[in-house]
Formats: sequence, C-alpha cells, structure tokens
Amino acid sequence: MNYNPDEQGFYGEFGGAFVPEMLYPNVEELQQNYLKIINSDSFQTAFKQLLKDYAGRPTPLYFASRLSKKYNTRIFLKREDLTHTGAHKINNTIGQILVAQHLGKKSIIAETGAGQHGVATATVAALAGLPCIVYMGETDMERQAPNVARMRMLGAEVRPARSGSRTLKDATNEAIRHWINHPETYYLIGSVVGPHPYPDMVARFQSVISEEMKKQLSEKTDCDHPDKIIACVGGGSNAAGAFYHYLDNEKVELIAVEAEGLGVDSGETAATTQTGSEGIIHGSRTLLMQNAEGQITEPYSISAGLDYPGIGPLHAFLFKNRRGTFMGATDREALDAAFELTRLEGIIPALESAHALAALKKIRLKPDETVVVNLSGRGDKDMETYLKYLNKDQ
Amino acid sequence: MNKIDQLFRQKKNILNIYLTAGFPQRDDTVPVVLELEKAGVDMVEIGLPFSDPLADGPVIQHSSTAAIQNGITLQKIFQQVREIRKQSEIPILLMGYLNQMMAYGEEAFLEEAARSGADGLIIPDLPADFYNRHYRQKAESLGLKMVFLISPQTGEARIRIVDEACSGFLYVVSSASVTGNKAAMQTEQQAYFRRIRNMQLKNPTLIGFGIHDRHTFETACQYAHGAIIGSAFIRTLEKPGSLQQNIQEFIKTIRS
Repeated sequence: MNYNPDEQGFYGEFGGAFVPEMLYPNVEELQQNYLKIINSDSFQTAFKQLLKDYAGRPTPLYFASRLSKKYNTRIFLKREDLTHTGAHKINNTIGQILVAQHLGKKSIIAETGAGQHGVATATVAALAGLPCIVYMGETDMERQAPNVARMRMLGAEVRPARSGSRTLKDATNEAIRHWINHPETYYLIGSVVGPHPYPDMVARFQSVISEEMKKQLSEKTDCDHPDKIIACVGGGSNAAGAFYHYLDNEKVELIAVEAEGLGVDSGETAATTQTGSEGIIHGSRTLLMQNAEGQITEPYSISAGLDYPGIGPLHAFLFKNRRGTFMGATDREALDAAFELTRLEGIIPALESAHALAALKKIRLKPDETVVVNLSGRGDKDMETYLKYLNKDQ
Repeated sequence: MNKIDQLFRQKKNILNIYLTAGFPQRDDTVPVVLELEKAGVDMVEIGLPFSDPLADGPVIQHSSTAAIQNGITLQKIFQQVREIRKQSEIPILLMGYLNQMMAYGEEAFLEEAARSGADGLIIPDLPADFYNRHYRQKAESLGLKMVFLISPQTGEARIRIVDEACSGFLYVVSSASVTGNKAAMQTEQQAYFRRIRNMQLKNPTLIGFGIHDRHTFETACQYAHGAIIGSAFIRTLEKPGSLQQNIQEFIKTIRS
C-alpha cells in the first residue's frame, strides 16, 4: 500500500486542497516548492543541525521498567517531552521556518490549541528574527496561561479567537482568514491537517521520531521494529511521525488514541473516528465531527491539544483501510494514566500523551512484546489541571 | 434560458445583494428577497449558514451563527427558495461551503437546488478543477450555473482555467481579504480590474468584497458588469426599525 499522497495531495479519497481561490496562489506556491526545498542538501544540513543542537535530538528511547512490570510487557517511551519547548511540535516548526525562509517570507502566523505549537512557532520565529502572530481560542488562553506567557516573552503576538467554542478549531479559522487577508505571510500549520501539502510536509518533518526509533530499537533490542506503537491523535502529527517509517511494515500495529472526553456518547467528546463522518475541514477532505447538516461540531477534551473536530487525512486513510487501530481514552482514563506514569517512572506527561498511555490498560499485551508509547510532550503546562484533580482525589 | 444569462443580456450595472438565509429571523428569507426585488435589486445571493465559513469575515459569520441558532436547515432553505419562486423571477444564487454539500449528498444537493428554483451556486472552497472532474456534468445537465472566484493574486493562466469552468458570471474578489473588508477601490485594485476587463473572458464579471456604498458600487460598475454587496447589507438587516424600510433605504443609498 502507498502511504504517500498523490500529486493533488490525496491519500485515497482523503486530503486534497479545498481552499477559497484567495488562498490558491499561496497553497500552490508551497505545493510546487516544498519537496524541492526539503530535499535540497542545504535544507537537510540546516534542518539536521538545528534538530540536533537546538531541539536536542535524538530524544532518548527510554525503557520504562516499572511500567513494563506493571503491564507485563516491554514498554519503551519515546521521549519527545525532552525536546526544547517540551513537545514534538518543535520538529515541525524548525522544518517549516526553514521552508518559510527559503520562500522569502517575512512574517509568520500560526494557530495553537494547548499552546505547544504556538510556543514552538514563537521560538523558531524568534530564532529566525521574524514577526509572529499566534491565534489561540480564548478558552484555551485561559486554561493554558503559562504557554501564553511563554509566547509573549518570545515576542509573539497572541490573538484570541472568540468565535465558536473559542478553541483550536476557531483559532485555525482565524489563522486561515488572516492568511487570506495577508497572503504575503507564511502560515505555519501545527499538525498533519490543512490543505495539501501541509499534511505530507508536517508528517515528513515529524518522521524523525520513527527514524530515530528504528535505530534506537536495533541498538537496545534484537529488532528494529516494535510490535506496537501507541500515540495520541488530535490532528495527529506526533502519531504520524511515530508511525511514518513503519507504515509499510505490517508487523507493527499502529495504535492511535483519540480523546473521548466525558465519553463517546456524552456529546462532550473529540473522538473523531468514533463519532465523525467524511467531510471537508480546514481545506482537506477527511473525517470530522459534524451534524447531519454538515455543521462542524464543537469538540471537547480535557486536553486542549486534542479537542479538534477532525483528524489528518493520512489518519483517515489509515482508519478506513484498517492499517491503524483507532481507539479512545476518556478524560478520567487519561488523568489516571498520567498519575500512574508519574508515580511509577517519575515522568509527568502532557495530558495529550496521557491519552496514549491510557491505551495500555485497554489493549492485550504479551510478555514478549515490544511496545513504544510516543510521549509527545511534558506535563508542565497541565499542572493546574493535574493539581485540581489531585486535590479532588485526595 | 437560465435567469442569470438572461439578466446579463438585458442589463448593465447589475446589483447583486447577499443575504444569509434564516437571518435575522428564520422565516425572513422570503420577505427579505421580495423586498430586495421591490427595491430594484437585480439578483440575490442566498447564503447557506455554515459553522466554519473560511472566506467570510466577522459580519457574515455572525449572521450565520445566528441563523443556525434560529434553526435554519438546508431543507428549510430549499423550501424558502421554492416559496420565492412562486412569487418572483429574480435570479437566485445559493452560496455555501463544500462540506454542507457533501453532508447533504452532492448529487442530491445539486438536484434539490435546481428543483427548488435556484439558478446557480457559489461554493468558494470548491476548486474549479475538482468541479470539472466531479460535478460539472451533473450541474450542467440540471441547468445550474456555477460561479467561481478570482482574486488579485490569481495568475493569468489560472484565471483562464477558472473562467473556463465558470458559468453565469465570474466573481472578481476586489482585494486580498475575507468578506466585509472595506479597503476596496484603491488604485492598485483598479489596475487589477482593468487587467481582468482586458482579458476578454468568456464570462461577464461582478466585483465583490468591500463594496458597501454608492461610490464603491459605481466604481465597480466602471470595470465590471456590476457588483455584489454582502456585509454592508447584513449590517442593515440588524438595524432597529422595520425590515422593509431599512432595505428600501439601504438600496436607495446604493442606487436610486
């Protein structure tokens, strides 16, 4: 099976570029140049150098012995939480800021949910000396205040999105509108979503995760692939990166964990594959949560990084073709998994990553299996939420 | 002959007004259109309210949110168009987003639009080439016109492609903006309008985005076959007082 998009950016029937004509030239400019740019020697040299010296790669593949004992299997954690800015998001923003520079762009816009992508974008914009505006839902600005402060300190302007549920979906709408009004800017998208070529480009930048995983597994075990890879999915960029070099290897089970929020049937959920259907969101054809009229539903998750009503087109394709196993974890299950990891391994995960960890309780694991959980980010930004539940539980 | 083609044959300086279906109240669509016709408007563009309208600015987005809260649905809008058709021959365009069309079922949507009496469609996030491949045959067999947008950033080769796919008229977006931006009619925009006029396109043209008063309307008419007004009209609908009177007064400020 081919997991690369075709020339129009389609993974099977998913993907494409469904944007208003006002954005066509921007998208086309990127479509025609992105592969040329990122395959060039000068780009690759700069990208690898920054990943190593600036982002702190390679990130460790840590054997979690106490967690492994608990689940009676062999669990490794891919430590994206140890990168500069605290999440996998930095891989993509380094790649895209270099693309923006190659294209001669003079300013950057971005959207953010939990703020991790916003912080990573503000960081690379500072590094490149480019002005940066980050759109963030007003609700998310309240629940992720430390990240708002970080972005501002890095010199970015954080603009509140006040429409809809005032979360990631609305921040994305605002960023796209800003882009229409300012076609000279570079729109630095944070996940494997949006019009072609963003899903492919972001997946390529994040593929460093599985590239390292392969090498590290062969050093630490007798095999370069795990039996299972588990990653959380909002838009799906960390999962795309963790799966990328194993997409063709059918021996590896790819497990994507969505946020079920208060439960799949509660109406307060972000579990797209379980509750969604095919449609168009933010310029690409994929699976999304909507009503019978095609109005896009407001998603909900305790994790600001996962409450997005769609998934990237590659994931929709993996879901439809059953190459990926899609499942969900509720707020409560994610919180329990976060506390469990903290107490067993001394690692406080991001709430997003906690959803991936929650899957360990829900899948069948064998003692001789190797499982990699992609620990996409660290939990500092979620301390307020964690403390609230910690106090409630005690 | 399709009512849009007929209009462009018969008239110059065409005034096309955008309204959001189901706004300000769910059942206002029919009276608003009939009042617009009475006021001398040539064509109407009825917006299908969408939760995430990427090409629209805050004014139209707000009206869409309100209309959805009013309980408007595609089914009701088609009924309203049928109702208008019983009383009026004004050319009607439906403007919505591709996701709504997909949710309804693309073929069923096109059939229902034609059956209800609409004359054409504007789907801003439907690319011209995708339309050619998937929907063109169906739309043409139903006699539906498909209007596409071009913007100041659209290159000449692309304009030719869009013009070829387009029917009814070409929607010339005045500036790099979403709807409701008032910065229309600057010198550079006029140079762009002149460039489009000189391209000898297959379709007639209407200029939209940023047209909000007599001056911008008349300027647009110098370069195109007319213009489209959206956000400025939506603001009018929200004013206190009688809907009929507000509509009449607004249209008088554009042309009398």
